[in-house]
Amino acid sequence: MNGSGEKTYTTINLGPTHPATHGVFQNILKLDGEEIISAEQTIGYIHRAFEKIAEHRPYYQITTLTDRMNYCSAPINNLGYLMAVEKLLGIKTPKRVDYMRIILMELARITDHLICNSVIGVDSGALTGFVYVFQERELVYEIYEEVSGARLTTNMGRIGGFERDFTPAAISKIRLFLSRLPKVLKEFEKLLMRNRIFMDRTIGVGGISAERALNYGFTGPNLRAAGVDFDVRAMNPYSSYDDFDFEIPLGTQGDTYDRFCVRQEEVWQSLKLVRNALDNLPEGNFFADVPQYYLPKKEDVYSKMEALIWHFKIVMGEIEVPKGEIYHSVEGANGELGFYIVSEGGRMPYRLHFRRPCFIYYQALPEMITGGVLSDAILTMSSMNVIAGELDG
Amino acid sequence: METTKKTYTRVDPPEGVAGAGYFATTLDRVIGLARKNSIWPLPFATSCCGIEFMATMGAHYDLARFGSERLSFSPRQADLLMVMGTIAKKMGPVVQQVYVQMAEPRWVIAVGACAASGGIFDTYSVLQGIDRVVPVDVYVPGCPPRPEQIIDGFMRVQDLAATESLRRRYSEEYKALLRSYGIFTTDQQDTM
Amino acid sequence: MTDQPLTDLLRNRFAAGILVVENTSDMTTVTVSKEIIHDVIMYLHESPETGFGFLTTLCGIHYPDQPLPFGVIYHLHNMEKNIRIRVKTFLPADNLHIPTVTDLFSGANWMERETYDFYGILFDGHPNLIRILNVEYLDYFPMRKEYPLEDPTREDKDNRFFGR
Repeated sequence: MNGSGEKTYTTINLGPTHPATHGVFQNILKLDGEEIISAEQTIGYIHRAFEKIAEHRPYYQITTLTDRMNYCSAPINNLGYLMAVEKLLGIKTPKRVDYMRIILMELARITDHLICNSVIGVDSGALTGFVYVFQERELVYEIYEEVSGARLTTNMGRIGGFERDFTPAAISKIRLFLSRLPKVLKEFEKLLMRNRIFMDRTIGVGGISAERALNYGFTGPNLRAAGVDFDVRAMNPYSSYDDFDFEIPLGTQGDTYDRFCVRQEEVWQSLKLVRNALDNLPEGNFFADVPQYYLPKKEDVYSKMEALIWHFKIVMGEIEVPKGEIYHSVEGANGELGFYIVSEGGRMPYRLHFRRPCFIYYQALPEMITGGVLSDAILTMSSMNVIAGELDG
Repeated sequence: METTKKTYTRVDPPEGVAGAGYFATTLDRVIGLARKNSIWPLPFATSCCGIEFMATMGAHYDLARFGSERLSFSPRQADLLMVMGTIAKKMGPVVQQVYVQMAEPRWVIAVGACAASGGIFDTYSVLQGIDRVVPVDVYVPGCPPRPEQIIDGFMRVQDLAATESLRRRYSEEYKALLRSYGIFTTDQQDTM
Repeated sequence: MTDQPLTDLLRNRFAAGILVVENTSDMTTVTVSKEIIHDVIMYLHESPETGFGFLTTLCGIHYPDQPLPFGVIYHLHNMEKNIRIRVKTFLPADNLHIPTVTDLFSGANWMERETYDFYGILFDGHPNLIRILNVEYLDYFPMRKEYPLEDPTREDKDNRFFGR
């Protein structure tokens, strides 16, 4: 008979505008009832050509671009890029700068993990945790404002250090945050972590084995949930991370529950790091002594001849940048965020390639969701913490 | 113990005649008042401005007190299209498709520099402002704008909603505006 | 810095194909010829003496003034011993074909598509080599040095006022 007993599959379009895809990317799913047979992805809906723009901007202007990649944890991008440039130029920053950088990067990591975890809650129906946690993020925004002047796209730091030291107001705000967050975090955990419904929805969902994860190039909490303890802060320490003691939480199955728990534990470890760094903040200068890359103080520019000449040379691009290439990576909130800079002299990089962790691990999504149902696919996507700005770049 | 009296400033009522137990005004003012305090936004959040919008919806800045407690992700049930973030050329047709599906009355607010004019991304792949594809009512500058600025933009949309004519969708000017974007609605065939 | 034992292993095995070993400040950098690139990556990935099991990133580069203008650069990482290596290969402008490494690393799939999208380098054997980030109807490869950053058809921004 004509088509009566024949099985047909439904093709549905998840995105690019969809409440559950946090960011603009499209998945075309082929469903057999509710079970997913295959998935095909389209990305590039927010492609802003960062790598091309970076070839047309001087080194100190690219910091504002890096903000907009992973906009949930912008300081990590900023400071990671500045560390890559400092590695290219051969600049060694004083210890105080390193500790200040650790504090800001760990605060950024906390905010990113808080967004990801609360959004996993929202996607499984629990809106309360989201609202509680966002109230605490406002405190971090106030800290960013004290240090750099902006809430979200911070443009933090300069080549060689920071533009200003931590003010007493900034330090008191950090201490306030450190005292307030643990209580809210425990409340958030009580809501979700041993919640029967949440556990049933997330355990065994969207799992990936360690070998497949490594083959795909996973890094960060997604890889640590699969059981591989690769953390750039421990393997290639940068910015004096080796002065500190912190644990690397690991999962076992690589499923959504493991990713949630790994991120939650990383927030506790980051809190410990911030507290240690703030308590042991060494005295010293907040910038390295590199007058050819670090803009002098405005009072000196208007009164001293040498500062005026350095200011002119830096802004007009008369400084000779050494030729060479460098690859430097930091532990971003999503994994190994790498910067590959090729310099042919001149004030602009010849090639700047960003190793964006989201772009690399998002390819594995079809493998993780086929065989599961649609609602599991939604949770898997949100637990992988895909940020569209970093995905497309 | 002395009690301190708190003074609350009330919003002024629209122009009309008030008496014992009644208030008379024109129909479009009443409808405008109802519309402006119950706008259901569609958060079309693509990038960083979307995170500032999430902060605006949070408890600290609370967009819900303006009547937009319920966000609608379906354009058929939304009044206000809030485009927040960079719109690339790949995304332009999608914005237009979402706009066309919205029912009248509808407003569009372009939040952030990227949605207003392309922002810092003067590149080959970014649409230089969403007014290339949809008509925009309010532009909120900033990169990203503070939540207070987003609320200010929202309040300007409220002003527009309060004073808009009920026959606007049938006016020649509006139809010509939509035609210039390549949007032909079924209203165009009305002869009213 | 250059890892001498590692480069010796490579030179012993692929004598003619290893063109240049550069002394860059962060990791061993090896330039190989296009014909043996897949074998080099396979050797680095599978041989127990080298053990580079992780592909960190893959990108393209364009030097318009050189005889072999287009380059593909691989960064590999050996996690057990914490060694990184950078492998470069260069292609002529009229023959932009290079074998794919998606059979060794599944993660290279999208990275090669991005390199194709930006530079037009064709990866032979790739399962789905189409544009990934740009619109499908784009008819040029934007990251090549001859194309400008700005969209030349935009009307609202006048280049005279933007200093370009």
